[in-house]
Order: sequence, then structure tokens, then C-alpha cells
Amino acid sequence: MMERLPKGGHLLLVLLLAPWGMVPAHAQTPKDAIFLSTLGELREASYSDKEGIVERLGQTGHPSVRAVLTALIEGRLYFRNTDQRIFIAKSADSDPLRLSDPLSLKDAGSAPASSLSQIGTNNALRRVLRMALARFSLSSPDAGVRSDAAREISKSLDDSTAALLRQRLAVETDSSVRKEISNALALAALDGSDTKARIDAIATLSTSVSQDVRNRLALLLDKAPDGSFAEKDEKVREAARAAVESIDRWRTFYSGIQTLFFGLSLGSVLVLIAIGLAITFGVMGVINMAHGELMMLGAYTTYLVQVAMPEHIGMSILAAIPAAFIVSGLMGVVLERTVIRFLYGRPLETLLATFGVSLILQQTVRSIFTALNRSVVTPDWMSGSLRLNDALEITYNRLYIVIFTLLVFSLVQFVLKRTRLGLDIRAVSQNRAMAKAMGIRTEWVDAMTFGLGSGIAGVAGVALSQLTNVGPDLGQSYIIDSFMVVVFGGVGNLWGSLIGGTSMGIVNQLLEPWAGAVLAKIFVLIALILFIQARPRGLFPQKGRAAEDK
Amino acid sequence: MKRKSLFITAGLLMAGMVFAHVAAAQDTIKVGVLHSLSGTMAISETTLKDTVLMMIDAQNKKGGLLGKKLQAVVVDPASDWPLFAEKAAQLLEKDKVAVVFGCWTSVSRKSVLPVFEKDNGLLFYPVQYEGEESSKNVIYTGAAPNQQAIPAVDYLMKENKVKRWVLEGTDYVYPRTTNKILEAYLLAKGVAPADISINYTPFGYSNWQARVAAIKKFGSAGKKTAVVSTINGDANVPFYKELGNQKISAEEIPVVAFSVGEEELSGVDTKPLVGQLAAWNYFESISTPANKAFIDQWHAFIKNPKRTTNDPMEATYIGFNLWVKAVQKIKSTDSQKVIAALPGTETPNLTGGTAKVLPNHHITKPVYIGEVKADGQFDVVWKSAGEVPGDAWSDFLPGSKDIEADWVTLNCGNYNKVTKKCSGQNFK
Repeated sequence: MMERLPKGGHLLLVLLLAPWGMVPAHAQTPKDAIFLSTLGELREASYSDKEGIVERLGQTGHPSVRAVLTALIEGRLYFRNTDQRIFIAKSADSDPLRLSDPLSLKDAGSAPASSLSQIGTNNALRRVLRMALARFSLSSPDAGVRSDAAREISKSLDDSTAALLRQRLAVETDSSVRKEISNALALAALDGSDTKARIDAIATLSTSVSQDVRNRLALLLDKAPDGSFAEKDEKVREAARAAVESIDRWRTFYSGIQTLFFGLSLGSVLVLIAIGLAITFGVMGVINMAHGELMMLGAYTTYLVQVAMPEHIGMSILAAIPAAFIVSGLMGVVLERTVIRFLYGRPLETLLATFGVSLILQQTVRSIFTALNRSVVTPDWMSGSLRLNDALEITYNRLYIVIFTLLVFSLVQFVLKRTRLGLDIRAVSQNRAMAKAMGIRTEWVDAMTFGLGSGIAGVAGVALSQLTNVGPDLGQSYIIDSFMVVVFGGVGNLWGSLIGGTSMGIVNQLLEPWAGAVLAKIFVLIALILFIQARPRGLFPQKGRAAEDK
Repeated sequence: MKRKSLFITAGLLMAGMVFAHVAAAQDTIKVGVLHSLSGTMAISETTLKDTVLMMIDAQNKKGGLLGKKLQAVVVDPASDWPLFAEKAAQLLEKDKVAVVFGCWTSVSRKSVLPVFEKDNGLLFYPVQYEGEESSKNVIYTGAAPNQQAIPAVDYLMKENKVKRWVLEGTDYVYPRTTNKILEAYLLAKGVAPADISINYTPFGYSNWQARVAAIKKFGSAGKKTAVVSTINGDANVPFYKELGNQKISAEEIPVVAFSVGEEELSGVDTKPLVGQLAAWNYFESISTPANKAFIDQWHAFIKNPKRTTNDPMEATYIGFNLWVKAVQKIKSTDSQKVIAALPGTETPNLTGGTAKVLPNHHITKPVYIGEVKADGQFDVVWKSAGEVPGDAWSDFLPGSKDIEADWVTLNCGNYNKVTKKCSGQNFK
């Protein structure tokens, strides 16, 4: 009915309904009365008392319990300051708040946020709420929600929850949810007394890789202070020991994969910040100390794009990619035309001049945006993690950045190898005089090359805005790393940067768990210095005549 | 006609300025403000400079102090630690200020200590710090470890039944000393060494994925785990973001922070932080008439209704009022006499209690634990019963548990109760 009304009509309906909020609505059944009075206690109660109230609310079995508890955990349960009536708000962010009645769940108009007080929750209370809600979520249409609920329930099992799980298992069709539920039931069966059932339960659990399951099974192997086993049954103990070993093996395996992924993701960030430099430093031979500041400009562009489109945070990050490319690319072209072109072949002057430019850019940004960091919101599709199993989760933001790096890398390769601009760039970098003789406008090519490298720095800035703080100093913390990758990979070789960055990332992450963040970085640096001593031209040195000139 | 009136106005104005200048030279009390206005610490310290200026402004509107106007002398030590000492010397020797409000980082405080002791100045230090110090010339209005770190750990132990601890910090003196005290405290409370994990990362660290995965692993051993965070500055945002991404919620592994306050949360996407804990002696959200008046006064002074207040601002407020009270009591601004008069002086704090200067030059403070809300404010979930007296020397470190600071009877900031010797300041 509501959906069919035009927008104006919707608003009208709200206005018409608004006065209804003032009078206590419709006739109450005794169940309603108990529910309402229990709910009313929430207003004044301390956090620990609220836990008891939530339990009692669950016991009333009222049809609105789920909606009320969901609202409470999401911070959407309010009471009106004037008459203490409790309401559910549609969303806690809007002002005025759209309200609905906790009993009938019908629309109750809207009211300014200042006239209502929120009913707060703390961590312990939210835990209780999540448990209470898990019972309801077990019949949710979303399979993901159902398996989360089963996992939640498995943390505190008793007879009633086990019965609930058995009920669900009888009608459940989704295989992953079935597995979660049978795991939970197996955990419950461990507490039984029938040896056969317990060994079966252990067999079911041994296919799990969950840490909780492992801890529960390991309890069976514990020894009492007097040296005897807590678990008297020899067979159960043996089965449990085998299961724990198997789970441990799998967990070690998955944690190895996770470390590799961490390395890959750190490496992909290094590669992303180095690709732009591989073009300006590698291909053109310009030491651009302002490269980090071009990344910073890209990150600030992301922030500005997000400010410009607050309604579409999810899209803004995609829109920021071309915007950052253009902003940093143009800045790069301007930099090349006004400063760097006068300094070709004089590396020391270039270094000093671009260092000066980097300070100017930093201070300009500081003057415009202040020295405070800007907050770039992470869109929902980039938060959270992809759950492969109980032992392995991969965070989305890192996953997207790995994919993004590969895309940027392929695109740059394509531009350099398959387009006219790329042909010109390669020609000029190999033999400037000859290229000029063939009619290539080398000055134009220089500007475009520098613009391309700078633009890619800007694109890297978009990715960094999701990983670190967007502030005037953002570039400084990455400039050293990006030079390291380019030198390690071999100057002038994009593939070298890719392999070099990735391997540096992986080595760093392998070292970090036992050496700590600071030492791991030092080790990588020392290894790099030793490597450069042995192979001064990096992993993939340029060969042939082009290499001799440099 | 027009021109004439302009001349007259200009003449009057100039006369007024000359008169005001003369008046200022004769009838003012100079108050030094030693906070960085540029460099990395400027973000935090500029707020405290503004707080002192606001307090001076308010005091002058009430008619000044001892019939004289207060005059602020603001210098900029530029987040440069040796420069703090130079600027302190300038304030005390050239400007002859009666009192100095200043410093934020511990290293800047250590840098100015010798200057204040040599020139017999008086410094009010408004930031929570690692303790292990008591100078005759400094009043510490921020929290000592027993007024912030220890109660926070107690809270987690009692209310959340935490059995396993990750002490995660930035690699410098405050986290290292605090964690040393906390580790000793936890061991004394019967926590097994295997249940404590200590780790440090550099300033501005952003690649948290492996660390957070390690915390997750450490926390999944079947015992309730909490993280005590002394991570400072920028590194906090990516840390909490990574916790959110790896789905570690405050319900499973709560993080209690000692350096994350309202100001740090403004301008940050608070979504991943909701429910995480912070321990302070003041929160902007605490509703008392005094706090409301202070917030209104701050908004009016800074002309921005969105600016937050925070714990070091309250400490500055308390420090200023304590000094005013002491000066009014002895009717003199001589720093020696004021220092002698300060112990025992009381002033109301902003949360409905009383701050009293103790003989060890620390003050009494209530302790609050708050949970981060989506709007960047804190919801108080625990408060100490009454005020906790600040302890300069931790009772849990082997080197410092015998040491006592008492400037009233012992006249010493580093008195060893066993050897009965006064060792003087620890910077020597």
C-alpha cells in the first residue's frame, strides 16, 4: 500500500499520523502490558540490569521482541523526554527521527532528535543482545545470517538452544549452514555420556578448522593438578588428540596462506606507488622527490570527490580514480614544463629542485586544508572481509587493492607497448637524438611521459587514502619505499618493479611476526643494500645499448 | 568635518593605546604559555594555548587578580624539544612571567625541567603521562599511571573478566614506561607471563594487517582477551580500521586506549571504533552544570560551536584555577611562595568533584571509562568511587616502589624510604 503512494503522499501520511504518537495507541492485551512494562524498565536501568531485562523481554514471546532488540543493539531505541514513551527510530543518523511504535511497529510520526533520549548499550549488553537475536536469525532468509547465528549460538549451548538447532537442521537446505549447525550440535554432544555419540561428535568436529572447536577439544586433553586426565574415557581422549592435531595442521597451513596474502597486499601497495616512479625515474631518468606529494594530491582529490558527492560514498571512490589521475597528471605536466625541463641531465639539481617543490606542495595543502588529517570514509563494499573458512579471512580493502594494482600495471604496460604514445616514449628514452631526427616531438613526449607517471602517482594516492591517514605528510612516508622498489627491481623495468615490490612485501611480512615491525623493515633494508652491492643494476637490468648510456 | 573627526578619533585611539600600554606595564601579571603552535604537536597543543587564553580573558573580565590584569606571553617552541628549554628560559628570565602553562610530550617536559629548577619557575603540566617524576617546580594536573592505566586494567579484569592481555604501543618513552608498569601490575595480580603480549610499532604505522591478525590469534586461545593501547597519534585510525575489517568487535576483544579522546576522534570516520574503550579523567559528554558552562564558554571564545573539549583542556582549566586560588590565598605571585601554598589548595573540576593538590605535586582526579559512540563522543560506562590521588612513583616497579615524593614535610621529590636518602631529580 505505502509503496504505491507518490512521495508527496507519503509525507502527507506521516504528517497525518504524527499526532497519533501523543496518545497511547490501541487496546492492549495482557501480553502487551507485560512487554511494555518490561520495556519501560530499560529507561533507568544500569547496564548490568539491562541484561536481565533483555532476557525477560525474550521470555515474553511477544511478536515485537525481535524488532525491539534489533533496534536496541543498533542504537535506534529512544524514549521521549516529555512523557518517557519508548519508540523505535528508523535510523539513528537522521534528524528529525522517523519513529515507530514498539508494540505495533506502526509508524508513529517523526520528532526532532533533541526531544528524545537514546537507550544506550555497552559491550557486555550487546553480547547478550546478539545471543538473544541469534535465535531469531536462525530463520532469516539470508544463508549468511543463518550461519552467523548458528556460530553465535554454538558459543553458549544449552538444552533449549540445542533443541532449536535440531529443529532448524531438519528444514535447513543450505550446505554451509547445515555444517555450522551440525558442528554446534556436535559440540553439544561432547557433554553427553554416551561414548559412541561423543566419538562421532569428535569425528564431525575434526573436519572443522575453527579455533573455538579446537579449544573445546583441547579441554578434553587437559590434566587435573594431580596428574590424572580430566577426561576419564581413553577412547574419547585418543579421538580428541587426533582431531586437535588435524585441526592444528590445517590452521598452520591456512595461517601460512594468510601471511602470503598479507605480503602480497603490502607488496601490491609498494608496486602501486612505484609504477609511477618507474616511469619518471626509470624511463626518463628524472629523480622526482615530489613523487610522494603527487600521491598526496591524489589522496586529497579522493577526499574532495567524497565531499562533493556525500550521497554516493560507494561510487565516489571510483569517480576519484580518473579525477586523481587528471589532477596529479596536470600537476606533473606543469612541473615538467616549468622546472624539470631546464634540468635534464643534471640529476643533483633536479633532486634539489623537486625536493623544494615537494615542500611547497606540502605547505600549500597545509595552508588550504590545515595540518589536521582529513577523514576519507571507506565505502561499505570495501569494508569487512571475505570469509573463506573459520581459519582464513581476507579483508576486502586489501583484496581490491591487489586487483587494482594488477589492473593499473596491465594498463601501463598496454600504453607503453601498444599505443603511439608508448612507442614515442620508448623511442625517446632509448635514443633521444635519433627519435628527434625521425620527427618525434621529444619535448611533448617528455611532458606526456612525466604527466603519465605523475597521474599514476595520483591513482596510487586514491588507494592509499583507504589504507592510511590523508594528511600533508602522506607522501613522505612512502617516497623512500617507492625508490627502493624501483632500484631493487632494476631501473627502467616495469616487470622488475612488479616482482621487486611483491617480493619485498612478502619478505617483510614473513619477518614481521618474529622480528617486529621496526626490525623487519631494517632487515629488508640491509638485505637490499647487500643485494645492490652484488647486482648494482637490480633484479632485471636493462640490456643492450640503451643501458650503456645511463 | 569628516577629516577632522577622523583626526580626533585617531588621536584618542593613540592616546588610549599609550595609556593602555603604560597601564599594562605597571599593573599586570604575566602568564607564560609554552605550547607548540607549529610542527607535529601543533594540532593538540594549539587547543591548550587557546584554553589558557580563554581562562585569562575570563579572569580579566572578573576584574583580574589581586587588582591587576593578567597578560599572556605566548611563545612557540615549534614541537622542537631543545627549543622548549630555550623558550622556557626566555619566559622566566627575560619576560619574568609569574607562572607557565605548557608542554605536552614527556620529552618536552624533561627538556624544560632543568630550566624551571634553575630559575625557580612554576610550570603547570596538563597531560596524562608515565609518572616516575616529581619536581618542586612542576604541578602535574594530568593523570599519573594510577589515575588512568591501572584503573582501566582493573575495570577490564573485574567487569569484563579479561584473562589475557595485549599491550600494544607506539615506540617511545610514554608507552614503554606505562607498559612496564602495567606488566609488573598484571604479573602481581597473578596473570601468567604467557598471557601477556607486548608489542611496539613506529609512529604513523599503517600496515596493521599482520599485527591485528596476531592479536586475533592471541585472543582466540579460549580466554577473554583485551588490548591495552598506548598507540599514539595517526597510527590509531588505520589500527581501528583494520580491527573492523578483520571483524574483531569490541564485544570479543575490547581495546582500551589512553591517547584517543574527543579531539582525536573529530575528523575521523568513527564507524570502526564504536564500542571501543578509552580511559580518561574527563569526557565532554559528562553532564554537569560546570561542564556545560565550560563547553559554552569554549564555543563562544573559539567562535566555532563544533569544537570539542577534551581531558588535557580540563587539566589546563584545573591548573589555572589552582594557581589563581593559591595566589589569592597568599596575595602574592612570587613563584616560591605560590609553590609553598599550592599543596592542599582545592578547586572544583568539571565533572562535579574536587581537584586537590597533593604534597607530591600531583592532584586528585576521578577516573572514567567511556565507550566510543558513532558521533565521536564517549558514553561513560564506569567511574571510580570518588577521586583517586595521583601517585608520582609507581608502586609496581621494583626501582620506584620505595620512592616517595613529598614537598611539604620531606621537601624532596625522590625520597627513598629504605635508604632514607633524597636523590634529587632523575634527569640529572
